[in-house]
Amino acid sequence: MLFTSYEFLGFLLAVFVIYYLLPGKAQWPFLLLASYVFYFIADPRYLIFIALTSVTTFYGAKIISDKKESFAGWFADHKKEMEKEERKAAKAKEHKGEKKIFLAILLLNLGILAVTKYTNFTIANINSLISAFGNAEGLSFVNLVIPMGISFYTFQSMGYLIDVYNGKFPAQKNLFKFALFVSFFPQLVQGPISRYADLSQTLFEEHRANFKTISFGLERILWGFFKKLVIADRILVPVKAIIADPGSYNGFYAFAGAMFYALELYCDFTGGIDITIGVAETMGIKVTENFIRPYFSKNIKEYWNRWHITMGTWFTDYIFYPISASQFMMKVSKKSRALLGNNIGKRVPVYLSSFIVWFTTGIWHGASWNFIVWGLGNFVVIMISQELDPFYRWFHSKVNVAGTTGWKAFQIIRTVLIMSSLRMFDCYRDVPLTFKMFASIFADFRLSQLNLQAFIDMGITAQDYLVVFVGLIILFAVSMIQRSGSVREKIYGLAALPQFVIYYSLFMITIIFGAYGIGFEASQFIYNQF
Amino acid sequence: MNIKIKKLLSIILAFAVVIGGLDFAGRLLEPKYMSGILEGAMIGEYYDDPTSHDVVFIGDCELYENISPVYLYENYGINSYVRGSAQQLIWQSYYLAEETIKREKPKAIVFNVLSMKYDEPQNEAYNRMTLDGMKWSMSKVNSIKASMTEEENFIEYVFPLLRYHSRWSDLNSDDFKYLYHRDKVAFNGYYMRVDVKAAESVPEGKPLADYAFGDNAYKYLDKLTKLCKDNGVRLILVKAPTQYPYWYPEWDKQMVDYAKANGLDYINFLDKADEIGLDWSQDTYDGGLHLNLSGAEKMSDYFGKILLEDYDIPDRSGEEEVARYWDGVIDRYEAEIARQETNLEKYGKVNPEE
Repeated sequence: MLFTSYEFLGFLLAVFVIYYLLPGKAQWPFLLLASYVFYFIADPRYLIFIALTSVTTFYGAKIISDKKESFAGWFADHKKEMEKEERKAAKAKEHKGEKKIFLAILLLNLGILAVTKYTNFTIANINSLISAFGNAEGLSFVNLVIPMGISFYTFQSMGYLIDVYNGKFPAQKNLFKFALFVSFFPQLVQGPISRYADLSQTLFEEHRANFKTISFGLERILWGFFKKLVIADRILVPVKAIIADPGSYNGFYAFAGAMFYALELYCDFTGGIDITIGVAETMGIKVTENFIRPYFSKNIKEYWNRWHITMGTWFTDYIFYPISASQFMMKVSKKSRALLGNNIGKRVPVYLSSFIVWFTTGIWHGASWNFIVWGLGNFVVIMISQELDPFYRWFHSKVNVAGTTGWKAFQIIRTVLIMSSLRMFDCYRDVPLTFKMFASIFADFRLSQLNLQAFIDMGITAQDYLVVFVGLIILFAVSMIQRSGSVREKIYGLAALPQFVIYYSLFMITIIFGAYGIGFEASQFIYNQF
Repeated sequence: MNIKIKKLLSIILAFAVVIGGLDFAGRLLEPKYMSGILEGAMIGEYYDDPTSHDVVFIGDCELYENISPVYLYENYGINSYVRGSAQQLIWQSYYLAEETIKREKPKAIVFNVLSMKYDEPQNEAYNRMTLDGMKWSMSKVNSIKASMTEEENFIEYVFPLLRYHSRWSDLNSDDFKYLYHRDKVAFNGYYMRVDVKAAESVPEGKPLADYAFGDNAYKYLDKLTKLCKDNGVRLILVKAPTQYPYWYPEWDKQMVDYAKANGLDYINFLDKADEIGLDWSQDTYDGGLHLNLSGAEKMSDYFGKILLEDYDIPDRSGEEEVARYWDGVIDRYEAEIARQETNLEKYGKVNPEE
C-alpha cells in the first residue's frame, strides 16, 4: 500500500476514526492490529519475519533485563562479603551470560536481514570470482522474500536490544507493546529508525482528540504530499530518462540528472517522513525528526548530522562508538601510534572505525557495489575534509571570507554538489558506469546540451518544469522561515483567514499539480526499498 | 454576535469555500467534449429530453452515427433516442438499458451486437466518454465497476478532479466557456457528418484463433435479454451495415443462434445494404467505418418501416408536446446540416478548426 495511494488514505481515515472512538486503553492494541493489517496487505508472508524479530528481540531483551535486575539485587546483597577481585569476577560472569543471549539474538536478526537481503548479492560476487578463474558455471540465484522495511525494523529492534544490554533502560514487559514499537505502521516502511526511549513515551499513551495536534498532523501530511506528488514524482520522469540512456544523456545532462535526483530524493524522502510524522502526530504520537534542512549544510559532516538523522545516529551510537572503544581498536591504536607516530597513529583507529561505519551504511542502503562505493565515497570525502582542516585554518587566516554570505553560499553549494555527485552511484547501473558518467560531466559538456527541447523530450513538459521550479521556490522559502522556528507554529499564530488561505492553497496546489493518477506512474518512495 | 455563532459561521463558510473551490476546479478541469471529440458529451444529453421514447437505441458508433432519430420522427413519427457512445462495451450498454428502463418504458430497445467481441474492459478514455455523462445511480456504479481497467480507481469517478487534475496545462477557451453549461452536440444521440469519403478498399478480417464470443459478453447479453423480458420491452439485436470493423460469419452465426434460442429478432443490416440502397461511394464519411448523413437517413428510412410495421411502434407525430420538443431538435439539425455543408464548400471539411 503506497503512502500516496487512495487505499492508504482510506486505511488511514479508518484507523484515525476508530482510534479516537476507542477507549484510551484500547488505542495502542488497536494500533498494533492496524500495523499488522497494513503489513499483511503488503504481503502476508512479511508477518512471519516481523513477528520473529519482535518475539526473539522481546524475549532476548527481557531475559537480559531480568538477569540484570536479579544480578543487581544479588550483587547489592553480597557486595560487602566479596573481595574486589570476586566482585569483578561475578560481574564478568554475569556479563558473559548476558552477552551470549545478546549475541545470539543480534546474530539471528542480523542473519535474517543478511540472508534475505544479501544472499543474491553474495552469489553474484561469488559467480564473478568463479568466472574470473575461467569457470562459466556459477551458483544459481535464490528467490527470497525481502520483507518490506526489514532494514528499518531490524535496526530499530537491535537498537532497543543494545540499549537494554547496555542497561540504558529495563526491557519492555509487554510483548504486544514491543511488537507495536517494531511494527508501528507509519514508520514501518521508510523509518525514521526510532529509539525505544523516544517513541515509547507517546506510543502507548492514551490520546484524546486535540484540534491543534490533529490539525498540525494533517498539515504535516499535506506538506509531505506536496513534496512527494508535486515535485518528486514530477522530476522523477527526466531523472529516469537520463539514467536509462547514459549514451545520449552524458555531459551536462548527467550533471542535470544528478541535480534533479538530489531534488527528487530530498522531496521523496523528506515528503515520506513528513507523512509518517504527520500521521503519528494526528494520533498524538511523537516520531523523531529525521531531517533538519540538510541542503543548507556547509560541509559533509554537518550534512550527515542533518540528513537521515536517525540512521546516522544509529550507526554512530551502535557501530562507531562500540568499535572505536573495542579492545581490538585499543590494540590497533597502540600499534599504529608505535609504528606511525602519535600524530598519524591516533587517526588510524578513528578512520578504521569510520571506514567500517560507512561500509555498513552503504550496504544497508542496498545489496550492490554502487551503495558500498557510495558509502566509502562519503568516508573518503569526510576523511579528506578532516585532513584538510589545517589548510582551511591557514586559508582563513590569510583570506578574510569566513562568515560572509558569499562564503556560506559557496560552502552550501559545494556540499550539495559533492553529495549530488556521490549520489550518482544510486542512479546508474554499476560503479564503472557511474564513474564514466561523472567524468562525462567535464569531458562531454557541450553548450548544445543547454537545450530546453532536449529536456522536454525526457518526458515532462515545459509547464511541468515550471511547476518544479515554483515548488522549489516554495521549498526554499519554507526552509528559510523554518530557520527561526516551526513554520506551523508561525502559521498557527496568524489570524484564521490567512491560516485557511495558506493551507487551502497548499491543498489545491497538491490536488491539481500533483503527479498522480493515470498518466503518471505510481512511484514507490525510494527509501521503501531499504 | 455571539462568539460561538461567529465560529460556527466561519466553519460553515470555510467548508463552503473548500467545496466550492473543489467543485469549480473539477468543472474547469473536466473535459468538455464541445469541439474535436464530441462523443463524450452525448450520454449526458439524454437527460435533457423530457419526452418518453418508444425506441431506444443502445450501443456504439455503429448506432449513433448510422441512425437518425430526427429522420425517424420526421418520416415515421417515431420518438426515439440513441444512447450511444464510442466503443460502448456490452456491460455499459446493459447498465444504460437498465437506467433507461428505470426512467421510462420504451416499447423496444435496439442493441448493436458489435460490442460482443469485447469480453473485458478496454480503454479508460472510452470508459470515461460513456460513464462520466451518466447520472449517479446504482446502474452507473455497477457500470463503472464492470468497466474499470486495472489502472483506474472508482474514487476518480466519484471525484473526477482526481482524474482530470493534470489537464491544467491543456486548458483552453472551451474549458472556461462551458464551465456551467454545455451546448448540444448530437441530435437525440445522433452524431452527424455530411461529408463523403468513399469506401474503396475495405480490408478483409484477419483470421482469428477463436471466434467464440466471451463468457462475460454473453453474461451481459443474457442480462440484457432478461431485463427486457422482465420489463415487457422488445429487444432487437442488430448489426449495423458498416463495413469495418469486420463482422465475421462465425460471429454472425452465434448471434443468429442466440436470437433463435432466446426468441429475439436479430437483423444483420450488412446483408441488407443493397435493399437499404447504400452507396459506399456516397454514404460514408470515413471509408466505410461509419455512415454519413445520407447513409444514416437511408438506414433510418429502411429501419423505420420495419419498426412501424413489425414492432407496432406508434406514430406520435400528432402529439403536441412531442412535436414541440422535436421542432427544436429539427431546427438544430437543419442548422447543423447547413453549417457543415457551408464549411465543406468553403474549406473542404466540415470542421475547419480541427
